Amino acid sequence: MRKTMLFVLMLVLAGSAHVFAGGAAEAEERDTLVVGQIAEPNALDPHTVTAVNDFRILVNVYEGLVQFADGSLAVEPALAEEWDVSEDGLTYTFYLREGVRFHDGTDFNAEAVKFNFDRMLDEDHPYHHTGPFPLAFFFSAIDEVTAVDDYTVRMELSEPFAPLLSNLAYPTGLMVSPSAVEEHGEEFGRNPVGTGPFQFVEWVSNTQVTIEANDDYWGSPAGMERIVFRPVTDGNTRVNEMLSGGLDLIVEVPPDSLARFRQDDSFTVYEQDGPHVWFLILNLREGPFTDHALRQAVNYAVDKESLVENVLQGTATVADSPIAPAFDWAYNEDLAPYPYDPDRARELVEQSGYDGEEIVFYVTEGGSGMLDPIPMGTAIQADLADIGLEVSIETFEWNTFLDEVNAGLEGRADMAQMAWMTNDPDTLPYLTLRTEAFPEDGGFNSGYYSNSEVDGLLEAARQATTEEERAALYREMQEIVYEDAPWLFVGNWVQNAVAVADLQNFRLQPSFFLELGEVSF
Amino acid sequence: MYRYIARRLVMMVPVLLGISIIVFFIMELIPGDAAQAILGSYATPENLARVRRELGLDQPLVHRYFIWLGNILQGDLGRSYILQRPVLDEVLDRLGPTMLLAGTSLMLAALFGMFAGVVAAIKQFRWQDGLLTTVVLIGISTPSFWLGLMLTLVFAVELGWFPVSGMSRVVGGGGIGDILHHLVLPSVSLAIVATGVIARLTRSTMLEVLRRDFIRSARAKGLNERSVILKHAYKNALVSIIPVLGIQTGFVIGGAVYIETVFQWPGIGRMLVGAIQQRDILLVQGGVVVIAALYVIINLIVDVLQSVVDPRITV
Repeated sequence: MRKTMLFVLMLVLAGSAHVFAGGAAEAEERDTLVVGQIAEPNALDPHTVTAVNDFRILVNVYEGLVQFADGSLAVEPALAEEWDVSEDGLTYTFYLREGVRFHDGTDFNAEAVKFNFDRMLDEDHPYHHTGPFPLAFFFSAIDEVTAVDDYTVRMELSEPFAPLLSNLAYPTGLMVSPSAVEEHGEEFGRNPVGTGPFQFVEWVSNTQVTIEANDDYWGSPAGMERIVFRPVTDGNTRVNEMLSGGLDLIVEVPPDSLARFRQDDSFTVYEQDGPHVWFLILNLREGPFTDHALRQAVNYAVDKESLVENVLQGTATVADSPIAPAFDWAYNEDLAPYPYDPDRARELVEQSGYDGEEIVFYVTEGGSGMLDPIPMGTAIQADLADIGLEVSIETFEWNTFLDEVNAGLEGRADMAQMAWMTNDPDTLPYLTLRTEAFPEDGGFNSGYYSNSEVDGLLEAARQATTEEERAALYREMQEIVYEDAPWLFVGNWVQNAVAVADLQNFRLQPSFFLELGEVSF
Repeated sequence: MYRYIARRLVMMVPVLLGISIIVFFIMELIPGDAAQAILGSYATPENLARVRRELGLDQPLVHRYFIWLGNILQGDLGRSYILQRPVLDEVLDRLGPTMLLAGTSLMLAALFGMFAGVVAAIKQFRWQDGLLTTVVLIGISTPSFWLGLMLTLVFAVELGWFPVSGMSRVVGGGGIGDILHHLVLPSVSLAIVATGVIARLTRSTMLEVLRRDFIRSARAKGLNERSVILKHAYKNALVSIIPVLGIQTGFVIGGAVYIETVFQWPGIGRMLVGAIQQRDILLVQGGVVVIAALYVIINLIVDVLQSVVDPRITV
């Protein structure tokens, strides 16, 4: 019996050794880029999805009327060569690029643009049922889209809405092929057709999405023959896969692993800050933070430099405003973060009349853009204990957390973690800092901050028609918010990526999208 | 026997129905829903109401359950809120990989577990027994996802013998050799605990059987040791081991959730984790019902198998 078993064992070993040899011997072809994604995409229909993970594929297959310029969040032409905005800010006219075709061979023209917006916005449109379209409200100011002629499109707005162009540059504004939507209906999200430098090949569930160069592309041809997007959910696995050569490019690398890649010549580490703000909402309706001095005290008490350097290991910078510095045209350069000054903080605590009551702090276990919320939460708790504040942490799973916090902090907590990633400087302050954005009115002002000056500036900025005019209003708003301290400002996320060293022409974009049209080996 | 199998299959219906009700209501109890997960930061009450209406989530809970039940009778598991495709398509895509992984692991566990158990029993208190018992104990106590990561570090990252993750090569993959190559590390990681359990059980059962009178008789009548062990002792021990194989199936499928995450194996376990996080009720339902059905069927097979091995047991 022993001999038989030994024989079987040897057979198994010999067999597997043969298999290993086969696997290792075949060199990978270098016309394919393999990208490690953080999750399986939900769908590849730009109008129905909301996750950055999906956008990273979409921006290579589709294009919009406008796009964010390389390395910036300023808007530049894409499928529309130019546009006019009427004096009153109510009419936008787009002049489309001629001779562009969708990957299915149909023409991109004014009718196609009208189809795209009507499908999202008109509940009676024959293909509205292919939704839901969760971010359609980005375009809710649009009353009507008209095809003036084959290559001219006019949008009539119900009220002036300055963020429209940024919203059009967002993936929700990418143009899909009407004939493909008609053909595939609800399955369009698994059969994407756009005009971009790459066209869709296949999607093997939870294994890979493959796209290949579009030979008929109107712009400069793609640098890669093929790109494969692989979902590798576990951060450690993503790193291991990169180290073993199974991936060429990974994003959202765990901070712990970045140092290892930096020391290795076979990899290049990329970093880019983006339109992201990480902060603590303070409850201004009840409890200790109704006191202005205490709100400033906590801003002085937390050592943000140490948080971004030690907890986040350099994957963030210190924040001081509700507008991220990545919006360079709107950000107020004159602001400087509240310095780490525990003595000043203690003085302010004295002034505030805080009497040692318990401060309830909502912390999430993790979630979109939340970085390392638990270690961050405990470090902040320790800094606040240092100036004599009694902080108790309550932890929630992400969706539960959103449910609790979005309903408003009243009756729940005194402070809560939050992070936002946006595409226009308007979005975050408009949804979270206006009086009319209290949770009971359908907004995200969960801390009930209210300052009529800020309200007025934010409304005026929406009505403004030039970038300079908007920027001036935003700068003023930021100074007031900084002084009022409705939040504990913490950090702006610096996104990262690691690529094999011979990858050419790659750069991360502030938008967090992954533009791969020009990369090559 | 056929009547028994038919009866057991009919019994499956109330079991699955009960499971589906429990899952549906538990998912409902967790705060947040699919509309919330889709909208994320943009979940204003207005947006939530619109997306809920379009997903049909604004209907009362019981109403939605009966719609789901009505559809399932027509073979329609509904449409995933998040993945925007029929649940059945997604579940079928994922079922194959999970069965391959779980099946291979169970086979490895049964093979090595029983082998180790028999050897340890024959060599009781000798060094082989001590070694095997120690190894088995370590195996049982090691969390499989940690073991998976360690195996990856050694055999995939350092030695480069196996791929780190996935089920096939990204370009030109998918052949049998390619899939087997990808299968080695995840199936070994998943098999370890079950191997330990089976080995321990085999050892103790064998020891007990070996002390019985009929073994002494067999030896006394001059049978060689090999047939005493294999034909008499082992076959009798098998009667106690087989039902445990059925129970281990449940643990292996449960463990697949971790292992599929660590190795990015495109199976149902991974699908369920994502579906629960995103509150995709129908996808969770579909996955859980299919896994439950699988578990019931495998246990049925185990019971039938037991009656084949042991003629005293009739079904």
